[in-house]
Amino acid sequence: MKFAVIVFPGSNCDVDMYHAIADELGEEAEYVWHDAENLDRFDAILLPGGFSYGDYLRSGAIARFSNVMKAVQKAAEEGKPILGVCNGFQILLEAGLLPGAMRRNNSLKFICRPVSLRVENNETMFTSAYKQGEVITIPIAHGEGNYYCDEQTLKRLIENRQIVFRYHGENPNGSLEDIAGIMNEKGNVLGMMPHPERAVDPLLGSADGLRLFQSIVKYWRETHVVTA
Amino acid sequence: MSLLLEPSPTTIKEEKLYREMGLTDEEFAMIEKILGRLPNYTETGIFSVMWSEHCSYKNSKPVLKKFPTEGKHVLQGPGEGAGIIDIGDGLAVAFKIESHNHPSAIEPYQGAATGVGGIIRDVFSMGARPIALLNSLRFGELTSPRVKYLFEHVVAGIAGYGNCVGIPTVGGEVQFDPAYEGNPLVNAMCVGIIRHEDIQRGIASGVGNTVMYVGAKTGRDGIHGATFASEELTEQSEEKRPAVQVGDPFMEKLLLEACLEVVKSDALVGMQDMGAAGLTSSSAEMASKGGFGIEMNLDLVPQRETGMTPYEMMLSESQERMLLVVKQGREQEIYDLFAKYGLEAKAIGKVTDDKMLRLYFRGEVVAEIPVDALAKDAPVYFKPSKEPAYYREFQAMEPYIPDVANYEETLLALLAQPTIASKEWVYQQYDYMVRTNTVVAPGSDAAVVRIRGTNKALAMTTDCNSRYIYLDPETGGKIAVAEAARNVICSGAKPLAITDCLNFGNPEKPEIFWQLEKAVDGMSEACRALGTPVISGNVSLYNETNGEAIYPTPVVGMVGLVEDIQHITTQAFQQAGDLIYVIGEAKQEFGGSELQKLLEGRIFGKAPAINLEIEAKRQRELLAAIQAGVVASAHDIAEGGFAVALAECVMSADGLGAKVTVDGDMTAQLFSETQSRFIVSVRKEDRETFEQLVADAKLIGEVTNDGTLLVERAGGEAVIRLSVAQMRNVWKGAIPCLLKSKD
Repeated sequence: MKFAVIVFPGSNCDVDMYHAIADELGEEAEYVWHDAENLDRFDAILLPGGFSYGDYLRSGAIARFSNVMKAVQKAAEEGKPILGVCNGFQILLEAGLLPGAMRRNNSLKFICRPVSLRVENNETMFTSAYKQGEVITIPIAHGEGNYYCDEQTLKRLIENRQIVFRYHGENPNGSLEDIAGIMNEKGNVLGMMPHPERAVDPLLGSADGLRLFQSIVKYWRETHVVTA
Repeated sequence: MSLLLEPSPTTIKEEKLYREMGLTDEEFAMIEKILGRLPNYTETGIFSVMWSEHCSYKNSKPVLKKFPTEGKHVLQGPGEGAGIIDIGDGLAVAFKIESHNHPSAIEPYQGAATGVGGIIRDVFSMGARPIALLNSLRFGELTSPRVKYLFEHVVAGIAGYGNCVGIPTVGGEVQFDPAYEGNPLVNAMCVGIIRHEDIQRGIASGVGNTVMYVGAKTGRDGIHGATFASEELTEQSEEKRPAVQVGDPFMEKLLLEACLEVVKSDALVGMQDMGAAGLTSSSAEMASKGGFGIEMNLDLVPQRETGMTPYEMMLSESQERMLLVVKQGREQEIYDLFAKYGLEAKAIGKVTDDKMLRLYFRGEVVAEIPVDALAKDAPVYFKPSKEPAYYREFQAMEPYIPDVANYEETLLALLAQPTIASKEWVYQQYDYMVRTNTVVAPGSDAAVVRIRGTNKALAMTTDCNSRYIYLDPETGGKIAVAEAARNVICSGAKPLAITDCLNFGNPEKPEIFWQLEKAVDGMSEACRALGTPVISGNVSLYNETNGEAIYPTPVVGMVGLVEDIQHITTQAFQQAGDLIYVIGEAKQEFGGSELQKLLEGRIFGKAPAINLEIEAKRQRELLAAIQAGVVASAHDIAEGGFAVALAECVMSADGLGAKVTVDGDMTAQLFSETQSRFIVSVRKEDRETFEQLVADAKLIGEVTNDGTLLVERAGGEAVIRLSVAQMRNVWKGAIPCLLKSKD
């Protein structure tokens, strides 16, 4: 399976994402520069964290205009798995691939630490390797992770089971309904503030994030049965 | 000021205008002699920044010569962007620490942010990939609104810059003392990894080669920053806010990636950061080191404002700029490479053979100065040194014996001292995990960062107990190096080398110069005893506010090598049933201790003694035991003494406690700051091997699973019985609580 790791100017978790896929998951990964126009040869698209274009405006507000985002849009329509983490999530919101918006953390401070997440929906292509309701440990590192959406959107998110992860215990940023990660209605675009790619090796504290990537591979294998 | 309004050479001399730029009458006369004529306004400015203490080390050079700087693993000693140490496998580690004290005192967010930016450039200008940041901070007491403001904004500035560039901030230290009330210290350290063949230096060579400017455009920010950094702070310093630069971490990130790519090209001859004194220092130093000259056409310098004069361009300290020397004819490759990152590289001059810095502006020569006069031949002063009266008084005092009635309350009060309290409030704002190599996060003795693709890791720390150094600079200097080494050893690493940031007061005062001399003597001796040469560093003098100097604060940044990631050790107790050992005996040593500060509100007397032979032996033995795999946890005993160290071992573990038995004078046993001591836990089955390897270890108790810290006398009488949860609340709550309080 081949993963694209999109690199915007100012991305800085691209390396982490790459190593999570190539070294820990054992699948193929390739960096793709933001001016690429075609992503057809990839099976899944990863939008990593960082500070695209410095995030001097709203986070992700400039990156959404990158050339590559048209190709991401196309991949989303084709049903390919697309994962945006942290800044990647913010870019997916700005691009309209996911509903809602991000505000500054309610503490008004950047916050970096491992947090507890509850898996709210394990019937997705991103979470099938988790148990429903399982509590996992994955780090966060962001200044703008305070998710918000209007009431109608929230109602839809709940009804369609689009809320994939919630913060368990303390909510670190004030996000609506403790939301940590959501997907689109079709279920192939996931945005989340916590960094699963930072939790793939017990040496660094947790390997709970690895199963997210394993779920993607499992989904892909099941839907791409090789017929001899 | 437009060019037409600049004072003439004669006016500069007659009205002594050079004094405002920090030059003395003698120095101005020297300049006149070197040039064989009077300098114009631009030239006077160039000399003044290059001859400032910040750029020339003119007051500290004779002292710095005492540092041991050599070793067979040293690939690059002091004098370049960063020092470099061989770590095997064709890899090397580059690191350096630098101060940004004065800017941070005036504009804390940008001052701290640009300090981080500058040290990152120093490291990648060598061709090294920055992998970690640390910072060593000093503030006044957290009770004044001004100090709270400085503290909060310095931390935010470090976070804002480091997080955006994507280099993890993995460690450092923060201490609080009234001595830093008006003059906080902000020292930033960067550690990078480099392959031997990629090492590159800031040298200009090859007549006709092209001098290239890359990065941010030049503005009027930071003009005379280096000069400002070489004066005392006064009430008027606020007016120098324009001398503080503004950082753009996004630009830095692009520049970093582009420069690390350009290092791989053989079209590159040399590269240097435009740091203090910007375009002036980078061009003059590169030419002087290479034995060549440089001429530049200032009309070609990318400018962000209109109407800039040569004086302004040469003295600007706008951030995120690099100067490159590129082989003639290969310019297009470099343009293309930078264009990929949206950056413009611009040819602005060339290398010459006449060892002159020659500047053109609107078709005319506006400056013509021998490069060596600006760089290696800058004046050097041998300042008078005098033992201060306070030191003689302190040495003559009877030993201070504190009176402690309640050990539990005292321990809790010490855990709430901001210098001892948990710094979680600080490091949670730093992305300490990005690049996913941080094995030991902030909060233990040293941070540990693994090296991908190998089985090795690097341990890194910054340390300096300035109270000891104030009481006795020589002994305190030894302790600063020894403590850094202890932290590195406790993490399972062998200390490799140090970088230092010498923060002192005004060296023109003989008592201050004496502190500097003695501290360097002590540090040098410890470096020799522990086998850690000084490979880079920075000097920050004139740290005074309205005539009052800070405590002498020579911060030590140390890096150690973990040979095998299996050796990585932390201070946290690991499991119930493990045996607890203490290495080293406590003596009645309370001069400069946290307990003395807590009880008396000030420090006095003698600093704790240190025997470097014993220190080195214990460090060697403990490391051998760690490498043999028989140490479950290790922690050095530092501020607050044994009781605080033991509390830290249990507070950083989950759900564990400890039960230990202690004999002798209880106040000394619990709170003395006697040096060269450690607390170690060992699995029961490893007891014999451990005791054979570590001669001075004494078994004192066991790790328990009851979440209680229990310290008993030999007879069984409890002197401390505290729940770990309660201690943790006090320890973690202290700093957030002080920040919230209104007064």
